Amino acid sequence: MMKIYIPRDAAARAMGADAVVAAMQAELTRRGMDAQIVRNGSRGMVWLEPLVEVEKDGERLAYGPASPKDVAAILDGNSDKAVGRVEDIPFFAKQTRLTFARCGLIDPLSVAEYEAHGGLKGLRRALGMTQEQITKETTDSGLRGRGGAGFPTGIKWDTVRKAAGPKKYIVCNADEGDSGTFADRMIMEGDPLSLIEGMVIAAIGVGADKGYVYLRSEYPDAIEVMNLAVDAARKAGVLGKSVLGSAHAFDMEIRVGAGAYVCGEETSLLNSLEGKRGVVRAKPPLPALEGFLGKPTVVNNVISLATIPVIFERGAQFYKDFGLGRSRGTIPVQIAGNVKHGGLFETAFGMTLGQLVDDIAGGTAKGRPVKAVQVGGPLGAYFPRSKFDTPFGYEEFDGQGGLIGHAGVVLFDDTTDMLGMARFAMEFCAVESCGKCTPCRIGAVRGVETVDRIAAGDATAIPLLKDLCETMKDGSLCALGGFTPYPVMSALTHFPDDFAAAKEAAE
Amino acid sequence: MSAAALSAEAIAPRLNEILDDCMVLEGPLLPILHAVQAEYGHVPQTALPQIADRLNVTRAEVHGVMSFYHDFRQEPAGAHVVKLCRAEACQAIGANRVAAHAKKALGVEWGGTTKDGTVTLEPVYCLGLCACGPAALVDGQVVGWVDEKKFDAIVGDLK
Repeated sequence: MMKIYIPRDAAARAMGADAVVAAMQAELTRRGMDAQIVRNGSRGMVWLEPLVEVEKDGERLAYGPASPKDVAAILDGNSDKAVGRVEDIPFFAKQTRLTFARCGLIDPLSVAEYEAHGGLKGLRRALGMTQEQITKETTDSGLRGRGGAGFPTGIKWDTVRKAAGPKKYIVCNADEGDSGTFADRMIMEGDPLSLIEGMVIAAIGVGADKGYVYLRSEYPDAIEVMNLAVDAARKAGVLGKSVLGSAHAFDMEIRVGAGAYVCGEETSLLNSLEGKRGVVRAKPPLPALEGFLGKPTVVNNVISLATIPVIFERGAQFYKDFGLGRSRGTIPVQIAGNVKHGGLFETAFGMTLGQLVDDIAGGTAKGRPVKAVQVGGPLGAYFPRSKFDTPFGYEEFDGQGGLIGHAGVVLFDDTTDMLGMARFAMEFCAVESCGKCTPCRIGAVRGVETVDRIAAGDATAIPLLKDLCETMKDGSLCALGGFTPYPVMSALTHFPDDFAAAKEAAE
Repeated sequence: MSAAALSAEAIAPRLNEILDDCMVLEGPLLPILHAVQAEYGHVPQTALPQIADRLNVTRAEVHGVMSFYHDFRQEPAGAHVVKLCRAEACQAIGANRVAAHAKKALGVEWGGTTKDGTVTLEPVYCLGLCACGPAALVDGQVVGWVDEKKFDAIVGDLK
């Protein structure tokens, strides 16, 4: 039977996928055609959304961006929106899809299709391993926390494994609040079972029987899909009292956040999950030893956990063979902002920023010059073109005064006012500060005022801003106050004209 | 909803059901507040004593939690809620311009509700629609590529 894929991914829906589905259903009925519409995840090429794929006689052809008026021609096979096979589109063909291999390819809620595409193989292998072997396999893969901190996942797991039980937890950080990032959302909407499988493997490895996904309320579509996927996994015996018939019990819940950016920080996330104000906790104790409700807890990002199945399916060495330096494996780069070809691009670490911006993304939407690129969300540095030869890797970006964070890459064209962006970074920090530590709570407010003084032409405020950033960086309890200086200082350092021009205008 | 309809006595039975459902959870307060807001459109202050009582914490603690999070409202919103993304990726592609237009067109500031009570305008910091911005969330439905014209069309449909 003919299958028609129309994504249920939020980006596709935001571009009108639901209207295309309605039109397609009406057209199929009108023609009396027997075809199945599958709501898949996104293939990651957002400029082509909604991307309709028609699978007939073993061939799967894509059309995008599709609108309701295109459906008749798509069914006739003569639509001018035809883009051929997804695998042949350069943006897709240049990727190495490991974590996102199934995303957009299968029905996200079908356990059978998940298995047919390699799913659950990793879990079955893990069930035959000891806890020590599981944490060692994870360490050997070289996987580091994809939330941004880059801490080795296997070492975190091993700390939890060795901690005193019996009660331990797996908590998935799905509070993907960084601007320019949507990899967590895409995998949860497009291949949620990979996240679930990763959490089950983590649980078996450390001896946990309960897991939580803390999912931000700004992602209503992901919340819906994850809840349905948990139900499907329970029915298939992946979750429950006996995981795939083994002696291991594991179940999980989806918990919805409430709009606080700081809850992406792991200790404030744990407080929020416990039903408290999402204020940051001082470390130590590490969450690995005293986490949710004071019990040993693995807190991992969505992408870290969703990558675990492929590592266990193909082996640690297979994964480790990709990458650069101490950054092993692949990273789903999210290309966003003012961009011609935006979307998700999974690649081995090592590609330069310039390749991503110019070759893969094709520059800005309307072809204006790229002025700056912010990598790593609102706490990441603005990189000028002179730094575009920086290879994508944790240490490499750190060495250039930046961070890769959750691997969001946001393009800005030459009309951007960098002083305005620096001011926004401080304003955002002031809005979202949890209030626990003074450098962040007060510093961010003073930061906005100081940038405003510079904008009004007061050059004496520039050293003050530098000094304030130094204090916030060294004195804040977590990355919110500690990293806000990255965008502020990089804007000031690399784009001094935007700060000086304000001064001249005032004189 | 009238003040009487939201008196502590009036909401007690339904609130009791919500509490029964949520108390089996570990760390139940956020799920409780979400459920109360889903029921009443905001978290009535009259609900706090009963929640505090069941959780065996003070009313101040419950208030402290609900006031920490941007999502929980103390007052009802307008009939429709339009959230516009203010984050960097959307700013890069014109979100500030659209926001200025939206405020002017509706005659409100961030968090404000139009005089006729139809639309509440709120900022949101990232909807994960960063490659099809400026992005918006209209009564929970995602919308991409929101320019001034599309914004006017969205609001026109709501009214």
